[in-house]
Amino acid sequence: MDLLALFDIAVLDGTVRLAVPLLLACLAGLFSERAGVFDIGLEGKMLISAFFAAAVSFETGNVWIGLFAGIASSVVLSLLHGLASITFRGNQLISGVAINFFASGITVIAAQAWFGQGGRTPSLTGGARFDPIVFPGALTKIRDIMKADWGMKVYSELLSGHTIIAYAALLIVPLVWWLLYRTRFGLRLRAVGENPGAVDTAGISVQRMRYSAVIICGVLTGIAGAYLSTGIQAGFVREMTAGRGYIALAALIFAKWRPWYALGATLLFGYLQALAIRPDILERAIGFKVQTQVLDALPYVLTVIVLAGFVGKAIPPRAGGEAYVKER
Amino acid sequence: MQKIPNWADVVLVPLISLLLAAIISAIVLLIIGQNPIEALGILISGALGTSTNLSYTLYYTTNFIFTGLAVAVAYHARLFNIGAEGQAYVGGLGAALACLYVPWPHWTIALIGAGATAAIFGAAWAAIPAYLQAKRGSHIVITTIMFNYISYPLLNYLLNGPIKAEGMEAATPSFASNTHLPNLSEVLGFFGIEFARTGPANVALIVALIACVGVWALIWRTKLGYETRAYGESEPAAKYAGINPTKIIMVAMLISGGLAGMMAINNVMGEAERLVLNAVEGAGFIGIAVALMGRNHPFGILLAALLFGALYQGGAELSAEMRIPREMVTVIQALVILFTGALDNMVRMPIEKIFLMIRNNKEAN
Repeated sequence: MDLLALFDIAVLDGTVRLAVPLLLACLAGLFSERAGVFDIGLEGKMLISAFFAAAVSFETGNVWIGLFAGIASSVVLSLLHGLASITFRGNQLISGVAINFFASGITVIAAQAWFGQGGRTPSLTGGARFDPIVFPGALTKIRDIMKADWGMKVYSELLSGHTIIAYAALLIVPLVWWLLYRTRFGLRLRAVGENPGAVDTAGISVQRMRYSAVIICGVLTGIAGAYLSTGIQAGFVREMTAGRGYIALAALIFAKWRPWYALGATLLFGYLQALAIRPDILERAIGFKVQTQVLDALPYVLTVIVLAGFVGKAIPPRAGGEAYVKER
Repeated sequence: MQKIPNWADVVLVPLISLLLAAIISAIVLLIIGQNPIEALGILISGALGTSTNLSYTLYYTTNFIFTGLAVAVAYHARLFNIGAEGQAYVGGLGAALACLYVPWPHWTIALIGAGATAAIFGAAWAAIPAYLQAKRGSHIVITTIMFNYISYPLLNYLLNGPIKAEGMEAATPSFASNTHLPNLSEVLGFFGIEFARTGPANVALIVALIACVGVWALIWRTKLGYETRAYGESEPAAKYAGINPTKIIMVAMLISGGLAGMMAINNVMGEAERLVLNAVEGAGFIGIAVALMGRNHPFGILLAALLFGALYQGGAELSAEMRIPREMVTVIQALVILFTGALDNMVRMPIEKIFLMIRNNKEAN
């Protein structure tokens, strides 16, 4: 037993890496759901963005153009979701499910038609990927980090060495908080998710507010997806989101639809995912071997426990899931 | 006054939705440089061309009837069960355990016994999300998705460990020959009809058809079905009428999970005759499209399951002959869900306008 091993620097580093896409997707869902539009299509939007970001990065050799393409593809699906659930007052859950299936199929078809490599993109190198940002004086070689003292380890591996998206994602948290709670736009956005009738009466367009929320959601999921294929990994592979969109939704419930809580919740899920890929560290920490399948299932089991409300009651935005019908 | 006649609601709206899905699929094919007309030809001949192909189509149809009914029963209580995939997977575990460890004297008894075990396993897998929805208000959509993701590592563990057969593959041993279900050629041969010997369609298709009738009777001819529909229409009204929401949620989800689990008699017992990894092959998700397309009515589900069965089998031929990935079926499925489920009003509103115009014209004359 060596419980301190649970705080192994490599696992903590992995936590940040894996929490970033969850955090971005979670904040995306936060915008959408705060405006009263449930979005279980986060998964599909991340996936399509992951594909287009990787494909366009490969073609142009420039990851920023890839990022833009990824965001654009995700926003297109967001607008489709908006069309179905805002304009045509369709079932938001069904629309989200359709978007997930669409992305799951179309990415493989497009990848196959484009690159002919069995539904994946070629490996990305050089400028087609997001490079880690190395802080001044930070160590980069694993061998040097292993030998360094604790403070240096934290500085070199945990703080330094992430991509620009990871740092940006952390900065987005206070930005989202400020936007939601300190601006007029945020007030209206929250109001539209609680009482669209009142917002309508005040002469503000419910539809326009909801569309802007859905578009912001598309931009953030787009960044999350691009980060998966050009930041964490070097290319797109089929189904590479692996349920992250759903975990982000669970984190959103865990976070009670609040930005700072979202950071905490996604870090927790990121930690579980990081632990799942290092079973050796868990074994050292608790003294016996855990089946890898248990670790695979752990984030989902935890999500169910969270959803069951064993960690406090979460009250969703009141008008969530319902289309707003303007009175005549 | 009803805005559009019943036949238009049941036939016209889904048909137009289907047409829209087909047009967009054709555009996707054009973009990836394939000929949609040629693809449609191969799709149809691949699904119906020979009796072996037809047998495959009916085999997939059987799967989709079970999962389609599963999604529909839950949907009548306004529960969106996305967990049919996991429930069918765990149902397969039940069928496999029953077939491996019980010495069945005859296939008929094995069918009943293993079918019941599969249903119980599937229902049990649905019971936890159902309970959490009923008692703790956890969103059933997310919990059932989570249970899908939990079922994969569970089966992965079992098929690589405790119930793994000798050899490299992650699968159980083959079942004893006493559990072998007659395939359709044997069934039809009994009546003197010639049918493909090689295809996988089997007696489970008949069970699926019986299940259709059963679900119809349950939903429209029993008190429980009435209560379920009443609850689905309006929860406050149902509560006021003395209907117990907990009971409805639990029962609807147990039946739903049981139906999804029952699918195992087709794919696990009838076809593979052992349990392999990923035995469900997405049938649980296609059930969502089938239920939406079939308007949650067993007869509609039967037709939609036939359509998706043909699509699935024809899609396999497409990938073999035209190198169109099988994921094309996923895209078509997504479009069907989108148009019949989420964009329903987009199709319906213009039709309502047309009917209103016709009616006004008639009244004016």
